Order: sequence, then C-alpha cells, then structure tokens
Amino acid sequence: MRYSIWYLIGLLILVYGVLILGAGIADLINPPAHPLVLAQLHMGIWWGAMMILLGAIYARVFRM
Amino acid sequence: MAIVAIYFVAVLGIGFYLKRQSGTGNDFFLAGREMTAWIAGLSFLSANLGALELMGWAAASYQYGILAVHWYWIGAIPAMLFLGLVMMPFYYISKTHSVPGYLKLRFGEPSRALSAVTFAFMTVLMSGINMYSMALVMKVVLGWDINFSIWVSSITVALYVALGGLRSAIFNEVLQFVLIWLGALLIPILGLIEAGGWGPLKQQIAVRMGTGTYTHLWSTLGSFSDNPMGIHWTGIVFGLSFVTSFGYWTTDFLVVQRILTAKDLRAAKMAPVIGAAFKIMVPFIVILPGLLALAVLPMKLTGEAAAVASNGYSYNEVLPLMLARYCGPGLLGLGVTALIAGFMSGMAGNVTAFSTVWTYDIYRALIKKNAPDSHYVGMGRWSTVVGVLVSIGTAYLVMGFLSIMDYVQALFSFFIAPLFGTVILGMLWKRATPMGGFWGLLCGTLSSVGMWAWVKIDPSALSIIALSPNAKDMAENMYRALWSWLVCVIVTVVVSLITKPLPENQLVGLVYGATELPSEGHLRLHQRPIFWAAIVALVLAILNIWLW
Repeated sequence: MRYSIWYLIGLLILVYGVLILGAGIADLINPPAHPLVLAQLHMGIWWGAMMILLGAIYARVFRM
Repeated sequence: MAIVAIYFVAVLGIGFYLKRQSGTGNDFFLAGREMTAWIAGLSFLSANLGALELMGWAAASYQYGILAVHWYWIGAIPAMLFLGLVMMPFYYISKTHSVPGYLKLRFGEPSRALSAVTFAFMTVLMSGINMYSMALVMKVVLGWDINFSIWVSSITVALYVALGGLRSAIFNEVLQFVLIWLGALLIPILGLIEAGGWGPLKQQIAVRMGTGTYTHLWSTLGSFSDNPMGIHWTGIVFGLSFVTSFGYWTTDFLVVQRILTAKDLRAAKMAPVIGAAFKIMVPFIVILPGLLALAVLPMKLTGEAAAVASNGYSYNEVLPLMLARYCGPGLLGLGVTALIAGFMSGMAGNVTAFSTVWTYDIYRALIKKNAPDSHYVGMGRWSTVVGVLVSIGTAYLVMGFLSIMDYVQALFSFFIAPLFGTVILGMLWKRATPMGGFWGLLCGTLSSVGMWAWVKIDPSALSIIALSPNAKDMAENMYRALWSWLVCVIVTVVVSLITKPLPENQLVGLVYGATELPSEGHLRLHQRPIFWAAIVALVLAILNIWLW
C-alpha cells in the first residue's frame, strides 16, 4: 500500500489548521496584554479555517 | 512548539515510510525515475528555496530594494525554460545519473573528475552555510541553543535522506514547499494591508529612503551609481541572466537531479516549466517582505558587524522580525516551520546531490569500479551521513570565521559559470572534443579564481573586471562569471578545432544534430511544454514592464 504525497500533505495541513484555529480562538477569548500589529483582523482564525478546508479537500481527493 | 515538533515527526515519518522503496541504486539515487512533472517541478524549486535563498534575499531586498527580484525573474526564468525545452532532452535521453556523468559521456573521464570533485567540495560547503543560517534563525526566533539547532536539524535530514534516498528528499521537499508558502504568505498579505497597498508602499519607501530608486526594476540600471546595488543593466542581462543563472539552473546538479527523476521525457520537460511558473511568484514571499520592512519597521536594520556593535538588528533578521510583527503563537509556529522547512529542503538538496556525485562520479569512477549495486546503495547511505557530518564541521567553521559567508557566493561562481560553457558547447556543438571540454573547463575555473584573487590583492582591478570602480560585490560576481564563461568557451573552441573530433556515432543521445528528439506533434496544444513555457515568458515580460 502506498500513500500519495498529496494525501500526506493534506493530513498535515488539516492538523496544522486545527492547531492554528485553536490558538486563534484562544487569542480571541483571552487577548494578549500586548497585541500584535493588525491583531484586530484575527488572522489566526481565518488562516486556520482556510488550512482546515484546504487540508480536508486534499486528504479527500488524494485518498486511495 | 507543537507545530514545529509535528513537522519533525512528519519528515522523519516519510523517511521511514519510504525506506522499503530505496533498495536499488536507481531507487536511492534517482527515486526510481517515476516522479510526475508536478512533483519533480516543485521539488526542483524547493531544493533551491534554502536558507540563503529565504533569509538572504529578504535581507537583500531590504538592502537593495526591488532589484533583488532580478535574481528570481530574468535571473532564473529564462534559464529554467531553456533547461526544460532545450537541455533536458539530452540529459534525459543520455540516461545520465548526474551532470558530471553527462560530462563523462560527452568529454570523457578527466572532465567528469574535475567537475565532480569541485562540485562535491562546494556542495558540502553550501550545506554547512545553510545549516549555520538555520541555527541562527532558531536562536533568534525560538531562543534555541545554536549547537542544539545544528545537531537536531542535521540529524533529521541525515536520517530521512539516508533511509529513503532521493525519493524521501523529494517527497519532503514537496511538503516543505507547501509549508513554506502557507507560513510565509501571511507576511506580504498583512504587510500590504498595513501599508495600504502597493502604491502607498512605494511612496512610504521613497519618503523613508529619500529616493524612489528602491522600487524600480530597470529604469535605474543605466549607470552604476544610480541604483542601490551599484550594478549596470549589462551585468544583470549578460552576467546574471545569461551566464550565472543559466549556469546554476541548467548545470548545478543540486537542482538538475530533481528533474532527472521524472517518469518520462515530457514530464522532464514540463517540470522546469512548472518550477518557473512558481518561481515567478516567489518574490511575493521573499522580496516583498523586505520592501515592506523598509516602510513599516520602526527600527533601521544594518549590516551584521554594525548590528553586533550597536546591539541592533541586522538585514538578515528582516524575515523573522516581520514574522514576529504579525504572527501570534499558532501562526508564528507555522512561520518558523516554514523557515525550518526551507532550510531543510536546501540542506537535503545539497546532501542528496553530494551523495550521488560522490558515489557514482568519484567512488565508483576512481576508487571501486565493479562492485554490486547494493554496495553503491550502502555507500550512498553512508556518504549521506558523512556529508552531513562534514557540513556540521563547515557550519562551525563559518561560526568561527563569519567572513567565509562573504566568500561563498564568489566561490560558487568559480565553478558554475565555466561549467555552463562546457555543458552547453557539449550539447549544441558536435565539433567540441574531449580535450577542448576539459581544458575549457579548467581554464575557465582558473581564470575566475585568478580574477577574484586579483581584485583582493589590488582593489583598483575592480574597475577592469566589473567595468566600473563603483561596482559592488554583487556586480563583480556577475562580470567575473561572464568573463570566465567566455574564457571557457574560447578555450574549448580553440582546443577543439586543433584536436580530433569524436566520430558521430559516439555522440548519439548527447549532442544536438546527432540525436533524434521525439516529436510532440501528436500532443494537443495544452499538453506541450513549449505552450506553457510561452505563457510563463509572457507573464515575465508583463511583470518586468509593469515594474520598469
């Protein structure tokens, strides 16, 4: 049995997306004392969600 | 931290997973020659996106402005397309396993030995520099001890390459390519939002730097003193684009090795075209952050020595500083992983190329000729480990003598420009003889070293080598490459004309005019590599005119 590299990439992006979304939500609930530049955009949440979507599509399309 | 840890587990997992598929020399050194055009093309580009590339060019764009883009566009794309359309058929049809291997077939053993030894030497040196740069970033961004960083990352690369060979390196490079984009893309997006878009960014840079020259690609290149890089357009067009970039992208085995793994000739021709299409976009994540830093960072970055003296920040820290400006815990982890991925792909590229050239072009050619295939695979695995250990030694050497960093680009140019002269004449000119090839390569290399030494001993020689006393290091490298290429070509032509040519039947599969190239007439337009190459060339032209 041989997995496609695209499938493995999809899985990794999916896991990363979950972690980044989680960190973004944690920041939203407990904002840091010294917010970063453009922190009001909550990029962690958007980027994490985008990675979850991208990873899920890859893992689904390239599954054997 | 979890993101970085998962990344290390993933790359090692790929190495262990692919170990079963690297039993033969063809598997270990050429990934079984079964890669699709996409995988070979992305890996081809990823092997080039190493430490010096990511950190170095972001720093260069802060220092020199948008001129750094030339190293990505005119200084890369034409050469990549030329490799795919013109040179790849000869590399692929000749079934060579390496660039020195092609020289053996075309010009004989002495040319191969010369290019293999110089390449192996340069590769481990570059690998060490990569390693040191990576450890520096881990120290700056994560606060990791520099020794810990060097050993952890290099042992990881040694393990996954020694286990799975080139296939493992390529699969990891594709993974690293995706991570580099996902991690680095945030900086230009958020930076452009903060600056208010491209137009306001240009105005802010002009105000802060007191000149508008930082955002023009060509209009400031009419004179050496009109632009921040101190370079003339002839240096960019002839020295960088025609010689250095053609030399690097078409003859440096570090990148060419990835294309040799393609499953068929069409994939081998398409892979550099795919790589070129993505290469056009790389300035967005490497050069634009440097330009954005010029506009938005409150502090002024300086050279390494001045930064140490003033306890400030150096140009090399521009990418980590921009990352820390916009990215919180999760995204910062992804950004740092992107940098580490870039460093690892560069290091793995060096190590796999070294292992192949050492095993096939030095060990098998000069030390042990007739051993079984499994013996060479074992040697490939061991030379991977030894190559990494030597690179670690180089990294510590660089740490002790930082000025080595300044010399590496120059050292690299000693070998690449003349090698391009030898290979291109070998592929396109049937009359080139083995003696001509060898002496051209040797004289070209020695002339390059000689010119470099001349300027070191007598700085006034710069006005002769680089055509202007105002030329800076970058410009000197470009012109030296051009002259050494010319020396190589002239010597090769003269010696070839006075020595006996090879019979035509010995040139089949190696030289244009003696090789029947497969027709692409049966393919539909969108299946032909030349169609996509034309589109990439058109986009390149439009971008250059836009940013003129």
